[in-house]
Amino acid sequence: MPIYTAPLKDQQFILHDVLKITAQTDVPGYDELDRETTEAILGEAAKLAENVLAPLNAVGDEEGCTLENGVVRTPKGFKDAFDQVRDGGWTALDCDPEYGGQGLPYLVSTAVGEMFSSANMAFNMYQGLTHGAYNAIHAHGSDDQKRTYLPKMVTCEWGGTMNLTEPHCGTDLGLIRTKAVPNGDGSYAISGQKIWISAGEHDMCDNIIHLVLAKLPDAPAGVKGISLFIVPKFMVNDDGSLGERNSLSCGGLEMKMGIHGNATCVMNYDGATGFLVGEAHKGMRAMFTMMNEARLGVGLQGYAQGAVAYQNALGFAQDRLQGRDVTGTKAPEKPADPIIVHPDVRRNLMDQKSFVEGARAFTFWGASLIDRSHRAHDADAEGLVSLMTPVIKGFLTDKGFETTVLAQQTLGGSGFTREWGLEQFVRDARITMIYEGTNGIQSLDLVGRKLGQDGGKHVMAFFEMVKSFIADHKGQDADFDKQFLDPLKAASKDLQAAGMYFMQNGMKNPNNALAGSYDFMHLFGHVCLGLMWARMAWAAREALAAGAGDTEFYETKQATGRYYMARQLPMTGTHLARIQSGADTVMALDAANF
Amino acid sequence: MKVLVPVKRVIDYNVKVRVKADGSGVDLANVKMSMNPFDEIAVEEAIRLKEAGKADEVVAVSIGVKQAQETLRTALAMGADRAILIVAADDVHTDIEPLAVAKILAKVIEDEKPGLVICGKQAIDNDLGATGQMLSALLGWSQATYANKVDIDGENAVVTREVDGGLQTIKVKMPTVITTDLRLNEPRYASLPNIMKAKKKPLDEKTAADLGVDVTPRLTVVETAEPAGRAAGIMVGSVDELVAKLKETGAV
Ligand SMILES: Cc1cc2nc3c(=O)[nH]c(=O)nc-3n(C[C@H](O)[C@H](O)[C@H](O)COP(=O)(O)OP(=O)(O)OC[C@H]3O[C@@H](n4cnc5c(N)ncnc54)[C@H](O)[C@@H]3O)c2cc1C
Ligand SMILES: Cc1cc2nc3c(=O)[nH]c(=O)nc-3n(C[C@H](O)[C@H](O)[C@H](O)COP(=O)(O)OP(=O)(O)OC[C@H]3O[C@@H](n4cnc5c(N)ncnc54)[C@H](O)[C@@H]3O)c2cc1C
Repeated sequence: MPIYTAPLKDQQFILHDVLKITAQTDVPGYDELDRETTEAILGEAAKLAENVLAPLNAVGDEEGCTLENGVVRTPKGFKDAFDQVRDGGWTALDCDPEYGGQGLPYLVSTAVGEMFSSANMAFNMYQGLTHGAYNAIHAHGSDDQKRTYLPKMVTCEWGGTMNLTEPHCGTDLGLIRTKAVPNGDGSYAISGQKIWISAGEHDMCDNIIHLVLAKLPDAPAGVKGISLFIVPKFMVNDDGSLGERNSLSCGGLEMKMGIHGNATCVMNYDGATGFLVGEAHKGMRAMFTMMNEARLGVGLQGYAQGAVAYQNALGFAQDRLQGRDVTGTKAPEKPADPIIVHPDVRRNLMDQKSFVEGARAFTFWGASLIDRSHRAHDADAEGLVSLMTPVIKGFLTDKGFETTVLAQQTLGGSGFTREWGLEQFVRDARITMIYEGTNGIQSLDLVGRKLGQDGGKHVMAFFEMVKSFIADHKGQDADFDKQFLDPLKAASKDLQAAGMYFMQNGMKNPNNALAGSYDFMHLFGHVCLGLMWARMAWAAREALAAGAGDTEFYETKQATGRYYMARQLPMTGTHLARIQSGADTVMALDAANF
Repeated sequence: MKVLVPVKRVIDYNVKVRVKADGSGVDLANVKMSMNPFDEIAVEEAIRLKEAGKADEVVAVSIGVKQAQETLRTALAMGADRAILIVAADDVHTDIEPLAVAKILAKVIEDEKPGLVICGKQAIDNDLGATGQMLSALLGWSQATYANKVDIDGENAVVTREVDGGLQTIKVKMPTVITTDLRLNEPRYASLPNIMKAKKKPLDEKTAADLGVDVTPRLTVVETAEPAGRAAGIMVGSVDELVAKLKETGAV
């Protein structure tokens, strides 16, 4: 059985040494997040993650969900654990106090989300989807809708879902066929089939509030004709009590590679009563509000699976005896040395560790930008996080999955067996690269929309930020310059060169941009992690200089950063070369010749 | 009735303990510290008494370094009403001995006048298991140690104790000192709203000197050493051979 230990110290380091949140006094709510407060919150969340959620991870995988007579049963223990999570107030963490939320910053919910996701990703999705639906209604619903649905969604007494995908369309939502016909009383009759709806039906909530994309009779063609509807499983009476069952049902559960504990449902709407959210035909816009945060949440799931997989790989590497250290025996009393002595095992572990810690910093930084944009109404922060969102989603899930595979490799044959649990992390992590917009689509979003957004202002701001970080820190420590600032500068130059290539070659042939978009997303991701490592190494240096007691911790941070800069960041050169080779070789074959 | 619960900040039970290089003790610098698990059980029991209407206030007390504030906040987040910190050391490696702790508690109790004290049966760091008993002697109160079940009926407490070979139920006069055993209850997780509320609950701070108690150690730590590593196993062919081997090695 795999173990999970919440990374409290690492999280605290990012919150307080790197992001210095209490010093960000212009973000309301950050001032009360001193070390003791976050320690208390995260410490208690860690107990739940370690003792309640993690032990159910393998159970959920083995047992999966079952559908009988339209009722979906979640795995044994899920309901009790769900009650514990909501009774503890964790589902309300960053929700609006007006609807019963705790009103804490999104950053705190990100830290807690990482622990819950690492401990049990399939389980945490029930809450995650509810939160996404909460966000959409909160941002676009009428006052009446907010009063009716939000309080119960904050507590997760009612669940929430997002219904976009249909059998014939997932990426290209302009093709959806689900219809919404006015009933004449302000409500609509929703008819159609949605597939792969996560948490579409289950036994942990009294009601489920489905958010459904559908087309009105007079809808313009394509994505400009999509509207968003609230379609509750049980109708809600004026006094808030539950009324009759709506005409919708779960028509089947998908058999799938991973996240078995999460019900992936076919949802049939047979003239179900729905209520328009926001304006007619503006449903995609409403959906996108929740998608930005949802995509950050998926990026988080990706590295969170990498994080728990790494912990288990590390434990194995310290115990498993195999071969001798070629530079001299380390454990003469034993038949062999622990495999952690071997350079190739080290490489493997360092790739995992340096990615996970960099990804955590990157995601927390993204979350802090969300707080800055929501709480301090900072438009620049909003632009920056909108630029970063596809990078966080695409890069962190690709690399998070890769990390689970690396961790599996550390275990040799044991990694392939059920018993050790590593193979579950691999299977569970895989979906993060697909849903919430495939990673290919994330790269298109990045190159096609986000780069040029507001005249390219946000990407310029990013470059400016890297430049000023280098300028502000240069010349104070020759080693730091050489190990961190020089590589960061080189990587950032590669990123600029790639952007330049798109500008010069993408106009005359868009394929030149689209064939390079995936590499660009990875190139961007590496520069971001390089920046994060430079920031973390500097923060560690400051802490050491200030006489912080835990020298081992801070020196380990610096050493891990040096590894990333030396062994991972050079990938930017490869990505640039691939981008600059253009679309010709990519598009050379006739489709018939593949 | 007011219930007083002493809580100790100790090395977290999940941390792999490392002995300091000079053998003078366990390395506590920069390791995770938490509330002593038996004290968590004590806090839980006190809160349950309050929830059952048998107590009206729960006061948590900690004696040690300044950082024990965090431990008290944990007790407040679980549901204690207020907290008192007695700063008695400034080095995290200084362990205040049971007698000094008991004397300090006796002073606090003089002021607070609780009707009941619930403490853990022992702290998982030094495993001394003596504070509750000493406190009861200093106060001249009854004691009920190793509690597995607690019933308060006005004048008396009926306590089931875990003793060698089984359970023993005793009746003691109130006020009393109860020490908790592992199976008394399962401590709750603090809820997020209560964690936030705990920040605003009163936490008074005093020093051992304020109470006039001398905390100078009376015990000397001669040496601290890692337990011997586990020896390699051997394979045996049958139960008989196993029994023979056990006898031969003096294990049975
Ligand atoms: C377990 C699971 C849970 C899910 N949960 C939900 C849910 O809760 N709600 C919901 O609505 N949906 C959900 N989905 C659906 C998911 O969001 C879609 O599968 C995903 O968006 C991809 O759509 P698709 O499967 O139709 O693939 P397609 O759109 O058919 O894409 C196939 C491939 O083509 C590529 N592609 C498509 N169009 C383009 C383009 N224009 N340019 C370049 N490449 C392109 C894609 O990148 C992909 O690699 C879930 C899916 C799964 C498997
Ligand atoms: C499905 C399955 C089928 C199998 N079928 C067979 C079979 O038919 N017959 C058979 O005999 N075996 C079989 N095996 C065993 C398989 O060959 C071993 O699992 C594999 O050789 C790895 O050995 P290990 O699992 O002991 O890992 P370990 O040797 O413990 O290796 C663990 C990790 O340490 C690394 N490592 C180990 N030593 C060193 C070193 N000196 N330097 C650097 N790195 C090192 C490895 O690369 C690996 O990443 C099978 C295994 C599985 C899972």
